[in-house]
Amino acid sequence: MEPIAESPQLQLTEQGQLRHFLTIEGLSKSLLTEILDTADSFVSMEQQSVKKVPLLRGRTVVNLFFEASTRTRTTFELAAKRLSADVINLNISTSATTKGETLLDTLKNLEAMASDMFVVRHANSGAAHFIAEQVTPNVAIINAGDGRHAHPTQAMLDMLTIRRHKGGFENLSVAIIGDILHSRVARSQIHALKILGVPDIRVITPNTLRPYDIESMGVKVYNQMSKGLADTDVVIALRLQNERMQSAMLPSQHEFYSRYGLSCEKLKYAKPDAIIMHPGPINRGVEIDSDVADSDRSVILNQVSYGIAVRMAVMSMAMSGQTTQNNAEGNL
Amino acid sequence: MKLCIRGGRLIDPANQVDTITDIHISDGKVRHIGNDSSDTSAHIINAEGLIVCPGFVDLSVSLPEPGKQQKGSIFSETRAAAANGITSLCCQPDTAPVVDSASVATLIQDLALQSGFCNVWPIGALTKGLLGTQLSEMGALKDAGCIGMSNLRAPFENSRVLLRCLEYAASYNVTVFFNAVEHALANDGCVHEGSFATRLGLKGIPETAETVALTRDLLLIEQTGVRAHFGQLSCARSVELIADAQAKGLPVTADVCIHHLLATDDSIQGFNSLSHIQPPLRTETDRQGLIKGVQAGVINAICSHHQPHEMAAKMAPFEATEPGISSLDTLLSQGLQLVKDKTLELPQLIALLTTGPAQVAQLNAGSLSVGAMADMCIFDPNEHWQVSPATLKSNGHNTPLMGKSLQGRVRHTLLAGRQVFSASE
Repeated sequence: MEPIAESPQLQLTEQGQLRHFLTIEGLSKSLLTEILDTADSFVSMEQQSVKKVPLLRGRTVVNLFFEASTRTRTTFELAAKRLSADVINLNISTSATTKGETLLDTLKNLEAMASDMFVVRHANSGAAHFIAEQVTPNVAIINAGDGRHAHPTQAMLDMLTIRRHKGGFENLSVAIIGDILHSRVARSQIHALKILGVPDIRVITPNTLRPYDIESMGVKVYNQMSKGLADTDVVIALRLQNERMQSAMLPSQHEFYSRYGLSCEKLKYAKPDAIIMHPGPINRGVEIDSDVADSDRSVILNQVSYGIAVRMAVMSMAMSGQTTQNNAEGNL
Repeated sequence: MKLCIRGGRLIDPANQVDTITDIHISDGKVRHIGNDSSDTSAHIINAEGLIVCPGFVDLSVSLPEPGKQQKGSIFSETRAAAANGITSLCCQPDTAPVVDSASVATLIQDLALQSGFCNVWPIGALTKGLLGTQLSEMGALKDAGCIGMSNLRAPFENSRVLLRCLEYAASYNVTVFFNAVEHALANDGCVHEGSFATRLGLKGIPETAETVALTRDLLLIEQTGVRAHFGQLSCARSVELIADAQAKGLPVTADVCIHHLLATDDSIQGFNSLSHIQPPLRTETDRQGLIKGVQAGVINAICSHHQPHEMAAKMAPFEATEPGISSLDTLLSQGLQLVKDKTLELPQLIALLTTGPAQVAQLNAGSLSVGAMADMCIFDPNEHWQVSPATLKSNGHNTPLMGKSLQGRVRHTLLAGRQVFSASE
């Protein structure tokens, strides 16, 4: 097994269907729109009393979480169950890898148990990519967050939230605030916003939390909320980890809150109908004020419920693409 | 035994020779250059259409023995070196245990001698265990054959320890090999801090991780007067700093790894762990700066920076893979690419692979004067070959060039007049 130097369109079938969902980067506008449309149909299904569809009946989905997570794992589990799949949750950080088993061996074992889909969260950037490319290419891989690289389902549920509340993307001004450096969510959001045609994408952050040359991803960088928030339609606050104070990234929580915390006062710079988003879990009084988080402009809880629909959409699309590809290659 | 290399283009930069001629060898040494029809008893190697040059000298090879036999052996890697025209190599102290005692240095040389493919010159550890706290026994290491001392990319506890190392090394006229890196700035990064690192979400190593350390090191070199060599520069700014130091008259030399002259950080796209190397591949500006440094003679040698790995070492998410590229097999072809690109003239390239590194390591090698050891490489600059597990001689198949078609292949290698490699066998 030799690593291959190039991975052209690793996540797509030869016909351009999704077979893994690893990153937003490189996907087409029509594919992202298809995900949003499919998710929309699942959102309306959630209003019904019977919430299940048989799209993944007889399939086994393994939630492989190498990093702790409650909400993301739960929404993936719910999404898989509503698609009628059998679901196994594995919290690997407390099992095999502490016994010295490598990621490679763990996955080979799970593949041998005839799994159809892995939902992977891992602390290393590129982990999902590695698994899809090198380890188990015939299992559909859904990236549930890898290091600082990508969190594509989170970005897509954010896009669904924006589309449902703003009607589209073409004329929007969107600001992402806070710890961009460590944020896989921000990176995936930026790619998605760009592809879907948002003309004005901004990040607001001190330079210690600003990735090198983030401008090359098509964003404008602001150090100050007054300028960065001016006339924005969508305001996204990111979670600030406590560790940032210890590693000399920031002086204190208080200083961060006073400069970058989303308060009613600072929100006045944005458009009056601007919506407030946050990938959660929120730190009240750090990156966002309670008054803002609980206001009628906040769509934070809508994001959570759309999360299930988006994950159902991505899982059903990837499973269908992977099955087509495996049939074409004669793997099944 | 007598040997005659007939009709090849002899390029011997040390003697400014570039001509088609014959080389007569006996008792392991160069006896005569030119026609000598009286000598009929010699075994003849036909070198028509081939380049004949001194055997290459490689300043940075990580040998997998002792302690890392899953990656290969001294036998496998010195055999690969010979198959690629390398007749002298300096091995890094990153074995297990590290080369911080005379016994390990002696063991490596004994195993190399038994293998019989290539002269091996260990670089000793500058501090015990490469831990950056205590001086190693540099006197004993030097007596055991180490041509210099290095702490590799391992940190020093503080600048005072480094200063003491340099003072002590200077007392024994030991060359210190530096790999400039300021750990607090490198901050466990794994790739160049640039737009590719940002996109991939990989932790970056800024240029200043190298240049800040380099600046400090140069000041301490000036203070102590130690003879110093900087290995595997990766930044254009580093070349400027070295050039300034050399202009001031400091005893400083430098080398660059072949990959840094040909590749940039776009090679990590798709999380390609085969391009995971330390120091990291940087920008096109850096690559151009390194090329200028080589052309101007600020950089004295090109090394392979060979680090063979078992495939498992590369089979993990990018950040969790071991850095390093298996490079012995591709060094010559990549060097010839620089000639093809008109970056270097062929004799210039050969000088950077022979006399340049030999002078850095103060080895009696790298030239083919009459009376010199007949350590020689005979290669076909036009032969095409494809990089594949079957064509690689090294045990390490970890190269981003896998599958690529390259040009230039060694046909014969002589070590003290003895054929240690022949492509026809």
